[in-house]
Order: sequence, then structure tokens, then C-alpha cells
Amino acid sequence: MDGFRTPLGRARGLGSAKDGVGRFISERVTSVALVFLVIWGVRSALELSRTGYAGAVHWLGLPVNAALMVLLAVAGFLHMQTGMAVIVEDYIEKPTTKAALLLLNAFVCWGGLALTVVCLLKVALSVGGA
Amino acid sequence: MTAQGFGLEHLGFEGLGGREIQMAEATPGARPRPLSPHVMHWRWHITMAASILTRVTGVGSYIGLLLVAGWALALASGEEAYETFTGLLGSIPGQVVLFGFTVSVFYHLAAGVRHLAWDLGMGYEKSAANASAWAAILFAIVASLAVWALFLLGAP
Repeated sequence: MDGFRTPLGRARGLGSAKDGVGRFISERVTSVALVFLVIWGVRSALELSRTGYAGAVHWLGLPVNAALMVLLAVAGFLHMQTGMAVIVEDYIEKPTTKAALLLLNAFVCWGGLALTVVCLLKVALSVGGA
Repeated sequence: MTAQGFGLEHLGFEGLGGREIQMAEATPGARPRPLSPHVMHWRWHITMAASILTRVTGVGSYIGLLLVAGWALALASGEEAYETFTGLLGSIPGQVVLFGFTVSVFYHLAAGVRHLAWDLGMGYEKSAANASAWAAILFAIVASLAVWALFLLGAP
């Protein structure tokens, strides 16, 4: 019976896609957080450009810096993943290529996030008496 | 009435008489019919440039955050790795990349604030959208130059 109906007729009355709200909210929450984290990050980068290795280790040993760096990584990589996914979905039409690129993007972002957080914590937690 | 009257001639639509179209096109002074817009011959305007720049700088910031991840990895790998990594960033090509990252991040930041304002229902008027597009571009330039001046002058 569905075979006699147009695609629009089939979609009518079903409501929204019932999906995507989480992504929409995640994009907004991460962007608001990143407004503050990025400004702090640029300021910190200026500071770190003068400290060298020992100074950088000491800097990351301070709990506030470590916490904000972890937040920057989490918000940044999540925002990156959703943003790049939108670009791939907009410009890549071939389903297999699109799926492969979305998967690659997810791996890069989640892998980058995991690696960054582990590295930050390794340094932050190994600094004694900061 | 010919196909030309519908503005469809660019689609190869000949309809009631292809020959009439050819004759009409050859007539001097005939009013040119509008063609459907295509991205390659669309007049550039500032909100369009701002929108495209938002995506471009998003990709720039994507690469930039991977550099931050590289910094964390280098720091966790010890002094030698850290010196190598910061040495690469401190080279001339490294600094060009970092400057591009700075511009990307600042533009994307300003564009993000524009989007958040739109989410609140503000700034949709044509004049406001044009002004905020220029403001975002100006902010990216001024903030990047200010940060790099602080870096090069050695200020805190």
C-alpha cells in the first residue's frame, strides 16, 4: 500500500525526525564554554611561550590549569566532531565515502580527546608539591 | 509565448519553438532573461563571505586543536620531545601556522558569538547581519595582531 504513496505523503503526520536535538544542544553548550576556554587558552599559550619545559610542567601541575585544559580538550574535541560532521554531511554525497569520512572524523576526535586528556593528567598528577 | 518567456532557456527547454528563441536572442536590444543563480557567478556579499569563513576557520581550528593535542603529547613524553615540538612551532613555518591558527580561532570565536545571538533571536535585520559580519572580521584581525604583538614584545 505504501507503494502508492509519495515520499511526502509517507512523511506527513509523523512529526519531527525525533533525532538531532542532542547534537544541537551539544553544539551550543560547547560553543558557549569555548568562548571562555579559548580566551583563557590563548592567554595561557602566551604565558607558556616563555616558560620552557620545566615551566610548562609546573604550570600544568596547578590544579586550576589542569582542570581548564581538560575542559578545553573535552569541549574542543566534541565541538570539532560535530562541526566536521556537518561539513562532511553537506558536501559528500556518496554514502560509502560519507560514512567512511564520518567514521574517520569520529576516530580522530575521540582518539585525540582520549590521548590529550591522558597526557594532561599524566603530567598534572606526576608533579609533586606544586 | 516562447520558452524564453519562462526564463527556462538555460535548461535547454525549447518548448513551443526553439527557432523562435534563437531569433529572439539574436534580436538587438532584447532584454536578457535572468538565469538561475549558481555559486560560481553569485555576487559576493559580506554575510556570505562571513558564513564561508566560519566553515574555513572551523577547519583551521580543527587542525589547531590537533596541534594542542601534540603539545600535550610532547609535554607528557619528556623534555627532549617537548624541546623538539616547541622548536618546530618556533620556526618560521611553525609561526606562520600558529598565526593562521590564531586568526582562525579568533574569527571562529566571533562567528560563534554571532550564531549564539541569532539563536536568541537577535541580529537578523539585514543591516545588523552585515555589521556583525564586518565586526567579526575586524575582531579577528585586531585580536590576532594584538596577541602577536604581546608575544613579540614579550609582554605578560
